[in-house]
Amino acid sequence: MAFESLAERLQGTMDRMKGRGKVNEDDVKDMMREVRLALLEADVNFKVVKQFVKDVRERAVGQEVMESLTPGQQVIKVVNEELTKLMGGEQVKINTASRPPTVVMMVGLQGAGKTTTTGKLALHLRKKHNRKPLMAAADIYRPAAIDQLETLGKQLDMPVFSMGNQVNPVEIATKAVEQAKEDNHDYVIVDTAGRLHVDDNLMDELDQIKAAVNPDEVLLVVDAMTGQDAVNVAETFHERLGITGIVMTKLDGDTRGGAAISVKAVTGQPIKFAGMGEKTDALEPFHPERMASRILGM
Amino acid sequence: MEYRTVDEEFFEELEDVLIAADVGVNTVMELTDELREEALRQNIKKPKDLQPLISEKLAQLLIKSEEETSLNMQPDGELTVFLFVGVNGVGKTTTIGKMAHQLKAEGKKVMLAAGDTFRAGAIEQLEEWGKRSGVDVIKQQAGSDPAAVMYDAVQSAKSKGADVLLCDTAGRLQNKVNLMNELEKVKRVLTREIPSAPHEVLLVLDATTGQNALSQAKTFGEATDVTGIILTKLDGTAKGGIVMAIRNDLDIPVKYVGLGEGLDDLQKFDPDQYVHGLFADVIEEAE
Ligand SMILES: Nc1nc2c(ncn2[C@@H]2O[C@H](COP(=O)(O)OP(=O)(O)OP(=O)(O)O)[C@@H](O)[C@H]2O)c(=O)[nH]1
Ligand SMILES: Nc1nc2c(ncn2[C@@H]2O[C@H](COP(=O)(O)OP(=O)(O)OP(=O)(O)O)[C@@H](O)[C@H]2O)c(=O)[nH]1
Ligand SMILES: [K+]
Ligand SMILES: [Mg+2]
Ligand SMILES: [Mg+2]
Repeated sequence: MAFESLAERLQGTMDRMKGRGKVNEDDVKDMMREVRLALLEADVNFKVVKQFVKDVRERAVGQEVMESLTPGQQVIKVVNEELTKLMGGEQVKINTASRPPTVVMMVGLQGAGKTTTTGKLALHLRKKHNRKPLMAAADIYRPAAIDQLETLGKQLDMPVFSMGNQVNPVEIATKAVEQAKEDNHDYVIVDTAGRLHVDDNLMDELDQIKAAVNPDEVLLVVDAMTGQDAVNVAETFHERLGITGIVMTKLDGDTRGGAAISVKAVTGQPIKFAGMGEKTDALEPFHPERMASRILGM
Repeated sequence: MEYRTVDEEFFEELEDVLIAADVGVNTVMELTDELREEALRQNIKKPKDLQPLISEKLAQLLIKSEEETSLNMQPDGELTVFLFVGVNGVGKTTTIGKMAHQLKAEGKKVMLAAGDTFRAGAIEQLEEWGKRSGVDVIKQQAGSDPAAVMYDAVQSAKSKGADVLLCDTAGRLQNKVNLMNELEKVKRVLTREIPSAPHEVLLVLDATTGQNALSQAKTFGEATDVTGIILTKLDGTAKGGIVMAIRNDLDIPVKYVGLGEGLDDLQKFDPDQYVHGLFADVIEEAE
């Protein structure tokens, strides 16, 4: 079910205005209504949309749009610019510790793509940054989670640290970092179990892992298809853990991905990577301006 | 006049609640417009009096008859085959584990088909669920043809006198044409071996999913004739309201819901309970 792009949505207002020449306040109101609907259809959180539309309206009722010969195009331009700004504008790279190893913790809801991204990130670090990462299997709950990471390790010819599923994840993460120091790994990527943001016990476990290994990067992995709930999830993970970055996964799908705006808006943390497929090489640096265009259906 | 303004505010809040639940803008607008009319027609002034009407209306949209939530089981002595489909990470494999447990408790002989030969650890994951629920898993090596696994599984289930075969498939995004073709082939193999199979094609949807679920339902529906939806991860704060839009546009019923990661966390869909959950926050506020 393809949703209308913002341009298509604005066409109606434009047609109605034809021959009249000038934009009036009512036209702006109509156009803002279409902006709102387009963003909601793209899964941007409704509260974020409210604020955003308010901000854009201020710019739109100013000279920029009111006096433009192509008001529709002008609105799209303003919305696009504001969205890009909201998403952070520039591409942000992964953190590196001043003293290796750099510890990266992967966190997020069930099925978001943490384990897959752990493998992808390890490959990315080796290929693009010439690093020597160690992956750590700290999900002791999901059936065959360790097998999954070990299989990825074999596919990539990359070491995986595991202590089975009878050992506390805090201990696994701690020992993994010790092992990394011993074997001169410059990155440790800790794969944690998926959990709900409202699961206090499991959120507490993440706190403890964080306290034990003092990560340089806590990456919240978010499924790009996530709807309105993305803000609750991001807010809670950020409050509890102080995330330092976000990975949007499954962007190879046909989702508009408005959740990207929501998570960025509520955490203020940069989206660092985009997952673009199931294979281990399908990880790309995240580009805010491309995401803005995608959300608007451009 | 005074009541009118209360009503309009109420409708705006209702719109927000439904949008926040991922119901989808178009469906929300349709619903609230109908409710506005209804309120006018029945001369309802207090939001409190409108609440039962809303709940009833939504519940009726979701389920039109009791039978819709039941699974299409074949008569005793014949093999029933269910195919599970959906995008990546929604909970297909986990749901199969839970359903196997449930059916076994009802006295059925259940078997599982490891049709995800692609994702790392997928076969091991299904095997673990097989162990937990105490049922056999038919598998081949990682990387083998999923259609061949299905063929094997049906033969094996028949020869062992199984009552139900639950078929796992790899997660795939609906815009991947080759993967959707592969899924059609998997389904064709099942039909070739048993003409009435698959007896259910269950689309697993993650309740945290937004508007894209509509595209999932449409495309998976076209490829495999989905007969029902299983809405997972309802134990979080996401409401999965998009099933309302799916029902509205595509008329696919929700049959089961997933409420956790344990063996017992699968329940028959209860529309009244679901709708109550949608409004839990508003009702609390109003009380
Ligand atoms: N198409 C696509 N699929 C992805 C992407 N990232 C992950 N996946 C798939 O999403 C599913 C879930 O990925 P996992 O890595 O197991 O997710 P997880 O967060 O580790 O899951 P839990 O450990 O159960 O919480 C798998 O089928 C992956 O192959 C992506 O960028 N694109
Ligand atoms: N909280 C919660 N988690 C669930 C539920 N159902 C599944 N999960 C979790 O979601 C994650 C993904 O589940 P899977 O069963 O592997 O999903 P899948 O659709 O088979 O994934 P792929 O085969 O990779 O496409 C796992 O961590 C499950 O434990 C549910 O109802 N509630
Ligand atoms: K998901
Ligand atoms: Mg995992
Ligand atoms: Mg699976």
